[in-house]
Amino acid sequence: MKYILTNCKVFGSEKTKIYIDGEKFADPFPEDQADEVIDCKGNTVLPGLVDMHVHLREPGYEYRETIATGTAAAARGGFTAVCPMPNTHPVCDNAAVVSGILKKAREAGNCRVYPIGAATKEIGDTELAEIGLMKEAGIVAVSDDGNPIPNAGMMRKVLEYSSDFDIPVLNHCEDRSLGIGAMNEGEVSTSIGIRGCSTAAEDIMIARDIILAEYLGVPVHICHVSTKDGIRMIRDAKARGVKVTCETCPHYFTLTDACCENYDTNFKMHPPLRTQEHVDAIIEGIKDGTVDCIVTDHAPHHQDEKEVEFSHANNGIVGLESSFALGYTYLVKAGHITLQRLIELMCFNPSKILKLGRGGMETGDDADLTVMDLDNEFTFEKDKMLTKGRNTPYDGWKLYGETQLTIMGGKKTYEKLC
Amino acid sequence: MGLKSKDLLGMKQLTPEEIMEILDTAKTMKLVISSANKKTSHLQGKSVVTLFYENSTRTRLSFELASKYMGSASANISASGSSVAKGESLLDTARTIDMMGTDIIIMRHPQSGAPHSIANKLKASIVNAGDGMNEHPTQALLDMLTMYERFDTFEGKNIAICGDVYHSRVVRSNAIGLAKLGAHVSVYGPRTMMPIGIEKMGVRVASSVADCVKDADAVMGLRVQLERQKSSLFPSVAEYARFYAITPEMLKLAKPDAFLMHPGPCNHGVELPTAVYDCDQSVINEQVTNGVAVRMAVLYLLMARRNNL
Repeated sequence: MKYILTNCKVFGSEKTKIYIDGEKFADPFPEDQADEVIDCKGNTVLPGLVDMHVHLREPGYEYRETIATGTAAAARGGFTAVCPMPNTHPVCDNAAVVSGILKKAREAGNCRVYPIGAATKEIGDTELAEIGLMKEAGIVAVSDDGNPIPNAGMMRKVLEYSSDFDIPVLNHCEDRSLGIGAMNEGEVSTSIGIRGCSTAAEDIMIARDIILAEYLGVPVHICHVSTKDGIRMIRDAKARGVKVTCETCPHYFTLTDACCENYDTNFKMHPPLRTQEHVDAIIEGIKDGTVDCIVTDHAPHHQDEKEVEFSHANNGIVGLESSFALGYTYLVKAGHITLQRLIELMCFNPSKILKLGRGGMETGDDADLTVMDLDNEFTFEKDKMLTKGRNTPYDGWKLYGETQLTIMGGKKTYEKLC
Repeated sequence: MGLKSKDLLGMKQLTPEEIMEILDTAKTMKLVISSANKKTSHLQGKSVVTLFYENSTRTRLSFELASKYMGSASANISASGSSVAKGESLLDTARTIDMMGTDIIIMRHPQSGAPHSIANKLKASIVNAGDGMNEHPTQALLDMLTMYERFDTFEGKNIAICGDVYHSRVVRSNAIGLAKLGAHVSVYGPRTMMPIGIEKMGVRVASSVADCVKDADAVMGLRVQLERQKSSLFPSVAEYARFYAITPEMLKLAKPDAFLMHPGPCNHGVELPTAVYDCDQSVINEQVTNGVAVRMAVLYLLMARRNNL
């Protein structure tokens, strides 16, 4: 198919038109040769977004999400590439599971899927997973995500062995020996009687991973940082030249632990929502470049897994369909960062860390893009989401940055029905 | 008359005026309990169900007797003997009870916020009879009734509470309720059982049992769960009793007319020596009677609101 997008503001250029021929961006061609001329109505064309931390739940938990529904949600959020975590059933710890995920993703055709393999077999922290064979099958990183690698000796082996294959290691940092609370430990958890999870639990493991990366001279990527001291340690380590990168999520710069006061399980995740002091530090880290990426940690759950006692509820919230709008509204419109910086956080940096080669919009590059309405406010509605999950804390929020169209590899993957 | 909310979820949700109305009503109800013919018609034609996911002697029985003294149909269901044991969810269980025409569900649950998570999905009123580490409002109300019978006002009174503060819903409800009426609450216990940020609830964190009970108008001991020792929150019962118990010597530091309370059940010789449990200043047994009176008052006022709607 040949498309021409007209009447658009093209990110990072003076252009007002985009030409697509087949799977690639193309040089200008006459309108009468196009299969379709799409009027973008003055909206902004951005490179397709990249989310390096999602849960697509397949195989094993298809009642929560499938690769097809999760990638449809990704397209609606403006994403053209996502990286699913390996905590599926069976665990994505071998090449066969990796191949199965890639096959389902190709069949769905909604979004590029770059699987993350488990670092240890069955995410069990005792034996290395077949990282090399999984790389041949298509993984772009390893992580034991929900189960932080608790043993420093095993973390060292994972970092060393992965470096042989040039495979990044992503670690969810929380020292579980400090307690597995259901929310941030502090004034609010004490007041409502919920077991807390301290910032120290996250900070201790971030410190450990920085020390190992520095000692071994290998890279490490810290998942979803939520604490002030986590940001400070990563900033300091980067300044010393340690190969540490990190990500945060929209909920860590838009929500605080006070949201848990009514036991609403849509505010329950790990790491937990922190206090305003930490939210401010996360925003500071986003502004000064300490934070490399914004990811969603998209974690769909079934209603029955969330409509229960707070401490029993599953952790996590969906995020693919609200992420860009939250970033645009609360970071760019709020005056903290530029749109350029937001695109670095949501496309260029994750692509660079995982060596995905995404984000180009020149002739010959893969035609991955999204068209966003940055000027008109819209209401985020949970019942319009394409994910199977309904566990969002943002239902009814007024935001800017609604996706109008997403194209991946020259194919429309989402189009807002007007 | 009556309460503003459909449910009694915690002291957090009550105004000072509502607390005083409950206490004043409870004083009247106490006359019923001490009379020869313990029967009123306040709840006639109404139904009250207790739904307990945890063990209980005092709370459950006092609610049951309270509802029976006032003439309601009452029934009990426990997690262990019900479909909960087959894996039925809290919400499904509560909806089932609701759909049988129940007016008030009295609920105890090991998870904080469990009653909050179902209250707005049910027609019945929910009374929180203890949720995890969060609140136990009727315990605080009976404690406050016990104080109110001895104080003319809560304003400026010093209340000392010693023990496992971290896990205690009794502390939280008392701290909130007493602060609303102008009393000063001091707490003390092993640092391993002191929750971060408790001072933000308006209590003073004392530095020792002596510091906590000094000049107190009322002293409250808390049950320490002996199995906490296994999770290294304290090294031994002997050491706990040596450094954290309310001994006769400690009690002497309180005001001369101070009285001793304990929500029960008590570990004799651990948080309280038996001699203290049974001493003249102890009002522990009277707290039990007041528990029935307060629960009668709560059921009566919640039903009054339902009748008025």
